[in-house]
Amino acid sequence: MDFLTLVQVLDSTVRLSTPLLLACLAGLFSERAGIFDIGLEGKMLIAAFFSAAVAALTGNVWLGLLSGIASSLVLAGLHGLASITFRGNQLISGVAINFLAAGITVLIAQDWFQQGGRTPSLIGGGRFAPVELPFAIGASEAEAAGRPLSQLLAEASPLQQVYSELISGHSILVYLSFLAVPLTAWVLFGTRFGLRLRAVGENPAAVDTAGISVVGLRFAAVGICGVLCGIAGAYLATALQAGFVKEMTAGRGFIALAALIFAKWRPWHALSACLLFGLLQALALRFQSINIAGVSVPVQLMEALPYILTVVILAGFVGKAVPPKAGGEPYVKER
Amino acid sequence: MTAPAIELKGISKAFGPVQANKDISISVQPGTIHGIIGENGAGKSTLMSILYGFYKADRGEIWINGNKTEIPDSQAAIAAGIGMVFQHFKLVENFTVLENVILGAEDGGLLRPSLAKARKALKALAAEYELNVDPDARIDEIGVGMQQRVEILKALYRQADILILDEPTGVLTPSEADQLFRILDRLRSEGKTILLITHKMREIMEYTDTVSVMRRGQMTATVKTKDSSPEELAELMVGRKVLLRVDKVPAQPGAPILEIEGLRVVDDAGVERVKGIDLTVRAGEILGIAGVAGNGQSELMEVLGGMTVGTGSVRLHGNPLPLSGLGADGRSRRAAHIGHVPEDRQSEGLIMDFHAWENVAFGYHRSPEYQKGLLMDNAAVRADTEAKMAKFDVRPPDPWLAAKNFSGGNQQKIVVAREIERNPDLLLIGQPTRGVDIGAIEFIHKQIVALRDQGKAILLVSVELEEILSLSDRVAVMFDGQIMGERPADQTDEKALGLMMAGVAGEAA
Amino acid sequence: MEKMPKWADVVLIPLISLLLAAALSALVILGIGEDPIEAVKTMITGALGSTYGWGYTLYYATNFLFTGLAVSVAYHAGLFNIGGEGQAMLGGLGVALICLFIPWPHWSIALIVAAIAAGLFGAAWAAIPAYLQAKRGSHVVITTIMFNFIAFSVLNYMLVNVLKPQGAMDPATARFPEAIHLPSLHEILLPLGINFSKSAPANVSLLVAIAACFVVWLLIWRTWLGHEIRAFGKSESGARYAGMSPLKITMIAMLISGALCGMMAINNVMGEAERLVLNSTEGAGFIGIAVALMGRNHPFGVFLAALLFGFLYQGGAELALWSSIPRELIVVIQALVILFTGALDNMVRMPLEKLFIAVRKEKA
Repeated sequence: MDFLTLVQVLDSTVRLSTPLLLACLAGLFSERAGIFDIGLEGKMLIAAFFSAAVAALTGNVWLGLLSGIASSLVLAGLHGLASITFRGNQLISGVAINFLAAGITVLIAQDWFQQGGRTPSLIGGGRFAPVELPFAIGASEAEAAGRPLSQLLAEASPLQQVYSELISGHSILVYLSFLAVPLTAWVLFGTRFGLRLRAVGENPAAVDTAGISVVGLRFAAVGICGVLCGIAGAYLATALQAGFVKEMTAGRGFIALAALIFAKWRPWHALSACLLFGLLQALALRFQSINIAGVSVPVQLMEALPYILTVVILAGFVGKAVPPKAGGEPYVKER
Repeated sequence: MTAPAIELKGISKAFGPVQANKDISISVQPGTIHGIIGENGAGKSTLMSILYGFYKADRGEIWINGNKTEIPDSQAAIAAGIGMVFQHFKLVENFTVLENVILGAEDGGLLRPSLAKARKALKALAAEYELNVDPDARIDEIGVGMQQRVEILKALYRQADILILDEPTGVLTPSEADQLFRILDRLRSEGKTILLITHKMREIMEYTDTVSVMRRGQMTATVKTKDSSPEELAELMVGRKVLLRVDKVPAQPGAPILEIEGLRVVDDAGVERVKGIDLTVRAGEILGIAGVAGNGQSELMEVLGGMTVGTGSVRLHGNPLPLSGLGADGRSRRAAHIGHVPEDRQSEGLIMDFHAWENVAFGYHRSPEYQKGLLMDNAAVRADTEAKMAKFDVRPPDPWLAAKNFSGGNQQKIVVAREIERNPDLLLIGQPTRGVDIGAIEFIHKQIVALRDQGKAILLVSVELEEILSLSDRVAVMFDGQIMGERPADQTDEKALGLMMAGVAGEAA
Repeated sequence: MEKMPKWADVVLIPLISLLLAAALSALVILGIGEDPIEAVKTMITGALGSTYGWGYTLYYATNFLFTGLAVSVAYHAGLFNIGGEGQAMLGGLGVALICLFIPWPHWSIALIVAAIAAGLFGAAWAAIPAYLQAKRGSHVVITTIMFNFIAFSVLNYMLVNVLKPQGAMDPATARFPEAIHLPSLHEILLPLGINFSKSAPANVSLLVAIAACFVVWLLIWRTWLGHEIRAFGKSESGARYAGMSPLKITMIAMLISGALCGMMAINNVMGEAERLVLNSTEGAGFIGIAVALMGRNHPFGVFLAALLFGFLYQGGAELALWSSIPRELIVVIQALVILFTGALDNMVRMPLEKLFIAVRKEKA
């Protein structure tokens, strides 16, 4: 593998990690507050559809993003209603939300666009354009030189290759999602809200007797989770790809969940986990099989690797993953 | 005369069909320690939780310092200057002391300034009230006594003038308890008002200025402590003269049934809970184990009952009892004729959602008399249940009722009937009368004595000293996983046992 | 005292939940500009109006019986087996290996061996999450989700790299031999003088599934093992007190659950497709969750709920054929049923309990 190929794989890793990272941080907020969320997938999916649909109808990707976030928030609210207000089973609620999103997106897509459950392809302002950083070799440089971009890149210095291919040229949402990591860490460990959020995930009774609303805090966490899932879904349909197709999240919500466990519910570790899982996806996408020390690793193994790694982590063979103590348990005042 | 610090008028609260508080009125003078005494389930904790805004009263008014005050939530209670130390602490275990103190009382949106401010304030409070705690220690790394201090600090940091303490000494050693009361005394002298909820007479008599007595959700009296006597309060508490001694003839101890040597138990967290104890229980005697909760008694019962593993030697009728691996489980223990009434009937002794008849089979569900071929003979189990219910006067005598729908006393009767009616050679019985009404207590005590008189061995664990003293023939005291000493029950008293419970080894009697 | 009578808990609450789900589904249909009453008519005609429709309804119901029972057995032990999909995929692999590589003289022997193999494969796939839950405390919900994805990769690999006949394009095995073709309902009912549709896929597996219902009922409610499973599901500390082994019960319950999911393969793989394709489970493992919740984890309830979902599936397919409502409507209904009978149970229950207490007070 030459250097440029490596850079390209890493570039694709960044693209593929982005939705994982956003969803993973979404789950982090929710689960740190004691609300388990296996409905990340569903929230991403519905956001992917509504962002693509509204972007297709209005030609404005920002309106699409807002609609995606709004739709994801609706499902987050439903999860909150079931698991906070009515103290239902959070896992069952998550399952229901995944199915709801899988069904309703196709139903509405068919009704609005009659294209077999997909939206029209997004063009122009309907998509998030790549952000060309200064001095990077991008599409405009290629146009000016009148030569294909790939040729220009192949001739550039390794540093320029890294800069242009890996660092520059992503959509604004990619940069946003990477910024979200320090932001999340700061909110969680540096602010009053973060302190209370972590407390409510560990011992809601402590929060309640301190005069803070458990319900309010948990809804806030679930709301943040909804917003982040919304951005993740919108990124999928309007930046990574150009439009919605049915089931387009393809298990990414669950990989994000796996990454969250892998990261043991910590923001910076979430970044590493998502990059690792993104890399696996990038490799699986680019190569049908990989030779490692003479053994050919089938693509299916690479696809399954995030899940296998998560099971290994869960099993506690590589450090124990201890979830927030009050996670999954509805808060009932004891008698 | 100043207005009362707290005045409750006609407070009522029901949980579904259960009336926890009935028309309660009480007035507490500022700068006093006011005790509230009552049996388990008398409604003390519910009343205090209402005052702290944890529950909402169905009816009634709360007046604080002469002003009518609405307390819909804890926020309002804190604003009204009320702080509460719950029986089960409300601390975040993986937070530091400092973080727990500021939680909910932060200064602004950022943590750093809040923490700095709290650190200073904590230093001042520590100096003022002798409440020294390491502000950077994590809660799960400090002992219960320290954790309780953190709870008190939380309240003081929020500038509470009224402090409610719910059964504060239940988990403390006598010396820790004395320390606590010194702190409370200090607080009183600074003009704070203290509401002390307890079921321990000693604490009421020694430390309170005024005492209110609760019984079955009602307030039966409020008197000046110095004008009252333990006998009078006890009578107000239970409604009739208490039977302090169980009627029983002197024991006729026979051969040793259970012999324990060098028994050790290490819990899941790797902490040694039982540290090499030796005990013998003979046929025809009741050995009572006294001690403050959490000193290894539970683990002792669990390892004998096959619920957890241990090391050392335990012999039953001279035959070794496996303490780990094969044969170290509840089923094998039952097969060896060991009956076990566990300390916690709700989470262990019964399956609360099961019918009464399923609970009668519970633990003995593989007994041959309950089987018919490959299936269980449910009709036989139900017939057996009816017989046991009749004999133990379980009310209502309905095998189809779920365990959760019986009262505490009747639930315990079901468990005791199941374990005693099997005629075990050894009965392990933990907290036999916790949360059980007086009538059922007497009944259960009589059954235990009757089993003893049949020549069976009984190992009793209770945190109620009175129960230990009245029921046992011999008393052993456990402290920090060790036996501090053994005494014949008729040659010792609460004071002597209390010393041992605090870790002061007893000399030979 | 009970808060409300038992019949209300068992019948009324699921019924109200179902009505709520139906009402919302009707709104969805209205929302996409279709007529819900017409839709219901189409579904009833399509699923129940002919023996062909019934044949499909019962075929789907057979799948859901297996997975619904599987979810409910685990549920009684306090375990939420969300891995039915993966376990059913592995069951399919077991059936395929048995049917492809051993020449069976008669379908009946093949069925028995295939059912055992399917059960073993499904159980094996549940065994690792079960063991990790019991021994290492790894949450079984998360591990079974992960195992669904891993199962898909395993199946994908097996079909593409190992089992696909040479020259074939799609990832699927060869057709199973004609000798082990399972009797369809048409063939079973013909001697009784009933002319059932020839082309419907319902087959003898239905009878196996109904038998499984009965066996599960006996197991859970009439044996000491069932007593242990239920006791453990309600209170782990209680189970330990009574001398039950948490490891054993967790393993047994999950193995039974996995085996039941795996056994679904005798219906969809051996009975219907007669070869193993990649997406043979069609989400039946997940529908098992809805079926178990709807059926209140009782085999008879599961039976009724499986029939209902069989009807919905076949009706939904017909609906997609005759109207512009896509098949995904069923997924929405399924989601709503899970939501109302599972997650929002208290929303229905709490007002109802209040109502019953009020009525009782009135009477008193």
